[in-house]
Amino acid sequence: MYAPRLRIWTAATVVTLVTGYALAAFVAPIDANEAGDGFLQKIFYLHVPMAIVALGGFIFGGVCAAMHLRTEDSRWDVRSYVAIHLSLILAVGVLLTGSIWAHGSWGHWWVWEEPTLVSFLIIFLLYCTYQPLRFSIEDREKQSRYASVFAIVAGVFVPLNFMAVRSATSLVHPRTFDSADNLPGAMRTTFLVCLLGMTLLYITLWKYEMTNKDLSARVRAARRRLGENVVRGRSAAPEVRV
Amino acid sequence: MRKAVAALLRKELRLELRTPQVIPAMALFSVATLVVFHFSLQANAVDGDLAGGILTVTLLFSAILGINRLFVADHEEGGFDGFLLAPVDRTAMLVAKALALFAFLVLLEVVAVAAFALLLLGPDLTLTVLGRTAAALALADVGVAVIGTLVGALAIQTRARDLIVPLIALPLLLPVVIGTAQLLGPTFEATGPTPLPGQWLTILGLYDLVFGLLAYALFDFLLED
Amino acid sequence: MNDHLPDNGGYVAAAYLIFLALLLIYVGIMAYKMSKLQRSVAELDALAKRDAEQEPAAEAAPREETPA
Repeated sequence: MYAPRLRIWTAATVVTLVTGYALAAFVAPIDANEAGDGFLQKIFYLHVPMAIVALGGFIFGGVCAAMHLRTEDSRWDVRSYVAIHLSLILAVGVLLTGSIWAHGSWGHWWVWEEPTLVSFLIIFLLYCTYQPLRFSIEDREKQSRYASVFAIVAGVFVPLNFMAVRSATSLVHPRTFDSADNLPGAMRTTFLVCLLGMTLLYITLWKYEMTNKDLSARVRAARRRLGENVVRGRSAAPEVRV
Repeated sequence: MRKAVAALLRKELRLELRTPQVIPAMALFSVATLVVFHFSLQANAVDGDLAGGILTVTLLFSAILGINRLFVADHEEGGFDGFLLAPVDRTAMLVAKALALFAFLVLLEVVAVAAFALLLLGPDLTLTVLGRTAAALALADVGVAVIGTLVGALAIQTRARDLIVPLIALPLLLPVVIGTAQLLGPTFEATGPTPLPGQWLTILGLYDLVFGLLAYALFDFLLED
Repeated sequence: MNDHLPDNGGYVAAAYLIFLALLLIYVGIMAYKMSKLQRSVAELDALAKRDAEQEPAAEAAPREETPA
């Protein structure tokens, strides 16, 4: 039985996220370093944790995929699938908030000088092919094996791509917002709480999704046991074996 | 292992020699792309970063054609089954295919760089420029060959192969594109070539190495049947 | 509070709203999946009941005790 302790995770997520964004709204000082757009810096507490968690999720998906290839246990494939699926949703948020931030700061919706954003777009484009790839392979076993190879390759690609894009970018814009090291104390604490909250949110949603996959697989198995002919259409989602 | 690789590579090259298919298509496509660039940019001669970019993009798109065709014969004529029955290391297939693709790319570049120099390149193609271009392209080719083999093998089993290959290969090759463009830009400078930036040689080499290891580790899983 | 808010506050609000919207869309999709699951469980229930009626009463008795 899948026992993810959803209640504890959900409570922890709510408390941490609310604390984090309350700190961001009321406690964290308005950044005076950037030219006149200090208040805009509040997006930082949303955008950067989302980006970090999304990337972490992609890499986690790659690790799960590696475990899948090693153990040939289809549950790892489901874990990898759910991780990548959630990270893709977060990545949409990262691109949108990043774009809004760019427009607020520099007046353009897209800024090529911002390597994090550009890298993110490339990674997003790559992972967008994950589901089509799965969908276009009919054989289930082959589908999960090929998807795992893709997830590992893409997971390794994530940090490499960051390195390459960062080296190619001339750093003309102030970059106070990419590392937590050069932040004043209160901002740093706020950022870390927000990051923790976002991580917890990711884990909780991942567990919800896993529970859902587990449940529907159980229902399907029960129907089969009761003698019903369950015909499963072609799908990109992996199937949990019960 | 070496014998198997040699045999497989011979097979690839002989196949291409008997009925030339991939290389002529890639070469023709690259020249056509250069013509397209001439008209779309409305430029008779280019130099510097623009020249580097045009050559990189031309070669990249031609390479995608080659990647698309790389495993088609094996898939359709049962080459995979024959290979899997043979008592040889499966990595031999990866090495042979990557070497074959590398060879195709080099041949493509002989045509494409010559055409580029004739049609579009502003500065003269001196020996220094040629040498540096060759060095940059060799590093890029290793990356394209390795990633192309991996993506080709990944996509060959899918129904939408022609769609999947460019969609996966383009993002994965972007660091190679960045590196190649950064290396070729200074080479084609109008005022004469400046030295190749060592940082980019390192990054490109590192990328090739990492993906080489990755392909070596993962290729077996794409052949199992 | 409002008259202290800088002009570019709208951007910040928009960014946070996007996050909220994504979360809500996700919850919506989850709700859809839950309702699908609920329907399957209901079908399952019906199947189990039908089987129970067809089989002898001795075997059917424990099955009917499953809570609805």
